[in-house]
Amino acid sequence: MKTLSTTAAENVSVLNRFGINHAHTMWQRFKTYLLQNFLPPVVILCLLLGVWELLCSGTGATLPPPSQVISDTWELILDPFYDNGGNDVGMGWQILASLERVAVGYSFAVVVGVALGVLVGQSTWAMRGLDPVFQVLRTVPPLAWLPISLAGFQDSNPSAIFVIFITSIWPIIINTSVGIRNIPEDYRNVARVLRLNGIEYFYKIMLPAAAPYIFSGLRIGVGLSWLAIVAAEMLIGGVGIGFFIWDAWNASLISDIILALVYVGLVGYFLDRMVAMLGNIVTRGTSAS
Amino acid sequence: MSSHYLSIENVDKTFEKGNVRSHVLSNINLHIDQGEYISIIGHSGCGKSTVLNIVAGLIEQSAGVVILDRKEVNTPGPDRALVFQNHSLLPWLTVYENVALAVNKVAGRSKSTAERHEWVLYNLELVNMLHALNKRPSEISGGMKQRVGIARALAMQPKVLLLDEPFGALDALTRAHLQDEVMRIHSNLKNTVMMITHDVDEAVLLSDRIVMMTNGPSATIGEILHIDLPRPRDRIALADDLRYNHYRQEVLRFLYEKQRKLEQISPRHPPSQAQNERPQPVGGSGSSPSDAVVDAPALQKVSGAS
Repeated sequence: MKTLSTTAAENVSVLNRFGINHAHTMWQRFKTYLLQNFLPPVVILCLLLGVWELLCSGTGATLPPPSQVISDTWELILDPFYDNGGNDVGMGWQILASLERVAVGYSFAVVVGVALGVLVGQSTWAMRGLDPVFQVLRTVPPLAWLPISLAGFQDSNPSAIFVIFITSIWPIIINTSVGIRNIPEDYRNVARVLRLNGIEYFYKIMLPAAAPYIFSGLRIGVGLSWLAIVAAEMLIGGVGIGFFIWDAWNASLISDIILALVYVGLVGYFLDRMVAMLGNIVTRGTSAS
Repeated sequence: MSSHYLSIENVDKTFEKGNVRSHVLSNINLHIDQGEYISIIGHSGCGKSTVLNIVAGLIEQSAGVVILDRKEVNTPGPDRALVFQNHSLLPWLTVYENVALAVNKVAGRSKSTAERHEWVLYNLELVNMLHALNKRPSEISGGMKQRVGIARALAMQPKVLLLDEPFGALDALTRAHLQDEVMRIHSNLKNTVMMITHDVDEAVLLSDRIVMMTNGPSATIGEILHIDLPRPRDRIALADDLRYNHYRQEVLRFLYEKQRKLEQISPRHPPSQAQNERPQPVGGSGSSPSDAVVDAPALQKVSGAS
């Protein structure tokens, strides 16, 4: 027996030496990672659900407990992509419709916002003229834009897109202009010594140097646009997660509303992570100099 | 017109900010021959960086002219390549791309793509940085960044190389090493160099002439010291050299006896970003006499060990 165990130990050490044990340590590391990063949120989530369940399971509770939410909406969860025509489509379609509006409005906001941000960051005159306008307009709540855009566009869909655009553009403009203004003097001097022309300066120095700022503006912007779309869709109707919530409220389907809120939260989270990840890829290595 | 390669003639600089006028430089006259290595030394805030920036074209002088190779210069250009104290590499580009940006811009028309690639590699080889082509500035040490900065400047094939305290932010060991490399490159390529420094040893070791500036306001050239030491110079051998020590003493005497810097009670308001001297990081020789004296044996020990 003794000899056997020694050989086994030797085998292990041989395996270690040749890196065959690598997979094992990887699994160990993965386990610690899971333990450290997934256990805390799961524990907290269970606790919160438990408290909710307790609070809402008594008689006279106005809101359904989580168990009832799941049983009420089970069909919606199981089939997110059914289509019965009209507004009666699955949650997946609802969210995709909202995402499409966000994508269009946000894309316009990115292009126009970065362009205006560069202008304001580069030109003192433009800054003096435009900054007060921006500072006032950006405090206007998203929904306050809706009536005026309905009046202008005479159509609900472009109005919703316009609300997304006007909501998400301000942080993009402001962050871009701060980023442009904070380009170190040394980079400008490098460009001057090399005699870069305007276009070269824009692509080779300005955009990369301001990218970290621009991306923090883009992140705030995408968050705001997702906030605004839900509210805007409640008012304009049609397919979309916002109107789905409003519709559910009118039909007293409280469980549907709660499910929709979970989806809205998750999608918002993923939008934020996506822009953050894109920013990390584009600006890698620039945070430290 | 003078027959010198680089002439700074009657240059004056006054900064104006609102109603405050500060006369920084007064009547600077300096003539530099091709292949000469000139150091400008002086206390912080005396305007030596302003002189360099005027030659670089980054700051406009209030009066006087700068003539390089029979042409007046007043805008920045690659014929006066600058090595910045804080390297100023673009952090989103790799070592190779940083140099390539300069090469592609300066030699975009005169060289083919392959030639430009070779030229980038050649200049990075000059500073021994071929091993880190694909690293970003954040991934290499301060000394290496400065090497890349020098390679970028050399790659522009400048008529005059301007060094703005190029080794100021480096530790004594790295600094000594880079000084030796710059001496080697200078002896091979025979560049005309104008260097700003705080460091007395560095000035004596590297220069053909040391330009000593008086304290501001209205700073001007106080004395010019010819360093008549044979090249190549070896810091270990020179440590015991009587002439070397005499030159050091001359510079120290100028800085700490004739132009003793009195600390001003009210903080100076630098009129422009480029004019104001950057703070000296840890490891650099400061502007107090004790620092400069202590610095010399440290350097000797360093070179003895390597």
